[in-house]
Amino acid sequence: MKKMFALMLALVMVLSLAACGGDKAESGTAGNKVVKIGVYEPQTGDNGAGGKQEILGMQYANYVQPTVEIGGETYDVQLEIVDNRTTPENGKSAAAELVNRKVSVVLGSYGSGVSIAGGAVFQEAGIPAIGVTCTNPQVTADCDVYYRICFLDPFQGTVLANYAYNELGVDTAYTLAMLGSDYDQGLVHYFTEAFKALGGTVINQDFPEGNSNFVSYINNAKADGAGVIFAPVSTNYAQLIIEAANAQGYDGSLLGSDTWDNNMVLESAQGKNVKVDITTFYQESGSEFDTGIKEWINSNADAKTNNGGNDMVSAVTAMGYDAYFTALEAIKAAGSTDAKAVLEALPGVSYEGVCGLIEFDEIGDAKRDAAYIKAANTSSNNWDFVKVQGVG
Amino acid sequence: MNKNKQKTIFTAVVLAVLLAACVVLDMILPSYHIAITVIKKATVYSLVAVSMNLLNGFTGLFSLGQAGFMLLGAYTYAVLTIPMAKKPGVYQYFDGGAIPFSVPEVFSGVLGETVGTLLGMLFCLLLGGLLAALVAYLIGLPVLRLKSDYLAIATLGFAEILRAFFQWNALGPITNGSNLLKSYPVFSKATPYVVLVGLMIAVILLLITSTYGRAFRAIRDDEVAAEAMGINLAKHKRMAFIISSFFAGIGGGMMAMYMETVAAAPFKSALTYEILLIVVIGGIGSITGSVLASFLYIFFSEWLLRGLDSGTFLGITAPGIFKNGFRMAVFSIIIMVIVLFFRKGIMGDKELPDLIDKRSRKRKKEAAE
Amino acid sequence: MQEMFPYLLNGISVGGQYALIAIGYTLVYGILRLINFAHGDVFMVAGLVMVYATSSMPFYLALPLVLAATVLLGFTIERVAYKPLRTAPRMSVMISAIGVSYLIQNLAFYLTGGVPQPVTNPIPWISENVKLLGASTKRVTLLTPVLTILLVVALVYLINNTKIGMAMRAAAKDFETAQLMGIKINRVISMTFIIGSFLAAVGSMLYFTNYPSVAITSGGMPGLKAFVAAVFGGIGSIPGAVVGAFVIGLCEEIIKGLGYTTFSDAFTFALLIVVLCVKPTGLFGEKVTDKV
Repeated sequence: MKKMFALMLALVMVLSLAACGGDKAESGTAGNKVVKIGVYEPQTGDNGAGGKQEILGMQYANYVQPTVEIGGETYDVQLEIVDNRTTPENGKSAAAELVNRKVSVVLGSYGSGVSIAGGAVFQEAGIPAIGVTCTNPQVTADCDVYYRICFLDPFQGTVLANYAYNELGVDTAYTLAMLGSDYDQGLVHYFTEAFKALGGTVINQDFPEGNSNFVSYINNAKADGAGVIFAPVSTNYAQLIIEAANAQGYDGSLLGSDTWDNNMVLESAQGKNVKVDITTFYQESGSEFDTGIKEWINSNADAKTNNGGNDMVSAVTAMGYDAYFTALEAIKAAGSTDAKAVLEALPGVSYEGVCGLIEFDEIGDAKRDAAYIKAANTSSNNWDFVKVQGVG
Repeated sequence: MNKNKQKTIFTAVVLAVLLAACVVLDMILPSYHIAITVIKKATVYSLVAVSMNLLNGFTGLFSLGQAGFMLLGAYTYAVLTIPMAKKPGVYQYFDGGAIPFSVPEVFSGVLGETVGTLLGMLFCLLLGGLLAALVAYLIGLPVLRLKSDYLAIATLGFAEILRAFFQWNALGPITNGSNLLKSYPVFSKATPYVVLVGLMIAVILLLITSTYGRAFRAIRDDEVAAEAMGINLAKHKRMAFIISSFFAGIGGGMMAMYMETVAAAPFKSALTYEILLIVVIGGIGSITGSVLASFLYIFFSEWLLRGLDSGTFLGITAPGIFKNGFRMAVFSIIIMVIVLFFRKGIMGDKELPDLIDKRSRKRKKEAAE
Repeated sequence: MQEMFPYLLNGISVGGQYALIAIGYTLVYGILRLINFAHGDVFMVAGLVMVYATSSMPFYLALPLVLAATVLLGFTIERVAYKPLRTAPRMSVMISAIGVSYLIQNLAFYLTGGVPQPVTNPIPWISENVKLLGASTKRVTLLTPVLTILLVVALVYLINNTKIGMAMRAAAKDFETAQLMGIKINRVISMTFIIGSFLAAVGSMLYFTNYPSVAITSGGMPGLKAFVAAVFGGIGSIPGAVVGAFVIGLCEEIIKGLGYTTFSDAFTFALLIVVLCVKPTGLFGEKVTDKV
């Protein structure tokens, strides 16, 4: 009984302390009013690395443009970042957390499954969400509040199939996707459909979550005479696949999706005898944005760690940057911080971002008809620009 | 007043107050509020924890297959209740799926929209439980003959097999392969969860206080002695396993409702471990303990300690320490302390009515002094 | 045969890695009758230590450090989490093991930020590529089974011919009698954990040289599979664990080679259930009679 009493007492103390530590005054630095933008991204789990890079773009954008004019008044923009831990079941409570923090608009997420799970919550709360790099059609199809600024899986899968068949001249492809990942499986589905329509043969195989031994998969691809291995997997698996392909002396191309556009993937290909081609949203070109963000990353130790230890700009970072400004445009157009007003204003937004023009169609998807194809340069630690590819 | 009556009144009052509080919260808070989320998730966890306690705590069978049975319940519920209109979207890679009906819609056709949907949902939950029970029967045939730790590892392995099976593309027209199932009807308020789980836990309580329950406990305390007393070991073990799985299946279906999307990925061994640790925190052998621990666990991990992950906690700001994962690290240390030093958990093997008993005894003692 | 060769080669290597983990399970189970659920996580921690150590110091310091840190971890876990529960019911110890596993994973999650850590500076020489009978592979693939066999032979020698080995055998046969005969049981148990962790550390270095990325869940699957291997071979038996590990490693890769990639993990568990039901004592296990 004494134990029980002590336990209760401790509980009460914690509770009361928490209650005291709670609400803080909601005002910005110069006494400005605050508008909150929710950031719904994975910072941990399989997609943690990618999510952090996407957040970097938003943080940099917030650094460049920390205020917004609403109805003649200056508001400070405050990013409310929550971690959805890559998995849909955690995504829901993370999304609810954002709703509770009363954000006006939400950005994210990296990964489609979590976006779909979060979308249900945002829909209920009537808060608009801007998908940054979630490419599954289902994100926006069934959710009125979800918009997105990236291209979709049917498009990306077809682009990659065209590239493999027409440009690389390959007629047998091997696909590798993680069991239980709707992102992987979705892209593989569209790739397979398009590649078969072109007259090619496709072998589909899966690996279980947490797998790290890809040797036999590469051997399977070799045995089947596949000229490309298409593996739209998260960065961790991409690194392991590159490693295994190198060890097994695979001489075809490794074909990656937007998740592969990541400096850690690039680094693991350094000095190895592998060919890596990917599709992505953005290509570094030494623009004002590139130099600015590199300077910012280099001056900020945390940012640099989150970017994988160097200052290469990933496509998801650039997309995060664009998403932030798209949100600001919507808030300006709404003339209010009210989520409902922002939701109404969002479809009409048109914004020329660093990754191209952003406009939404009636479903809420971005009107995009081109993807960048890049190849890993295994000696200079850079992505070489290959071409801009459409589906035509 | 007689002691038993006093206990009953105490229990009834506590339960009524809790239910009333839940109804009030439902009325004043929007359904996406974190408090509602916590209640919903905690009730689901309560049911699964109680079902696990029935097996591990009351019967002494150390099974780690709970996640697998939840998976069965969750998929059964989701697959059967997705509205026809949503199927082409959900089963986007499988031509709308292979199941040409939706149970709540079938029921609605006969009983009208509201009643039909509700009954359809409950019916599918029940089916999920029954499927889990059936599978438990089948897997129990070979597995239940095993000794404690072998049983644990065999059930764990079984849950893993089940997960691979449900993600298999060849079953895609039914399970949607690796893709999410969604758009099925759910309860958005917290009260239905509380009422449903409350009713089911009441059933489990009745079972535990029956002759069967006493037989279960006898098996736990000493198998050989129990057998000598004329208890049919195989029959009772199988029964406990099937009943526990049945409720885990229903818990899985409610988990599907809570999550609003279903995939096989969350139902891995980590989920079973989480439930097991909740049972331990609450006290192995106490239903009240399991429920209380579920609520504390979810409340702390989902709500109160969130600050530990995001830089500020109790007004202290230390982004270097309070970063991602700190919450779970602190949590697991607390769990280890409980496992090592408070082996009885919060409640030991006491139940809710016992609390008043103790208090009155203490009062008597004080009066005597 | 020529087509099967890369799969067999890889399978043997995988088997060797499992064997090194499986011995830790089998030794501990032999003496304490405890499934040490935290063993897979010890394996993962060894990998993390390797990632950090090799990127900050030369290899001749880093590798011994990995071994020492892992051994220390294994020793500490036993002293803190299992020793106080020696008289408690078996279920409590098993729960404690699950708690430790949960704790290690969450601490590792916190320290790594929850992001898989790539091995940026792999051990030289063994991570290089070689060609063998037309198949290309890493040198570590060839080295693993050889090193495994050597270590197992050394371990068997230790158990059969030294005083501590004799004490371990005595403790495994009859825990209480051994205690009464004056064997310092805590020392023996600590030694078991030290040996198990040492082998897991070696296995970890080989494993993460082959597949250079350490996630916090990296230990889970290899750990479970190694445990299945130990059960398959007859838990408590060292040769059994090794044979079991090689069989499972080979089967797994052959199944992948046949194209049933979806079920490569599930197969291992199916095998486990079949073995448990048909011959619960495994290939080389001794029959245990229950005491009342």
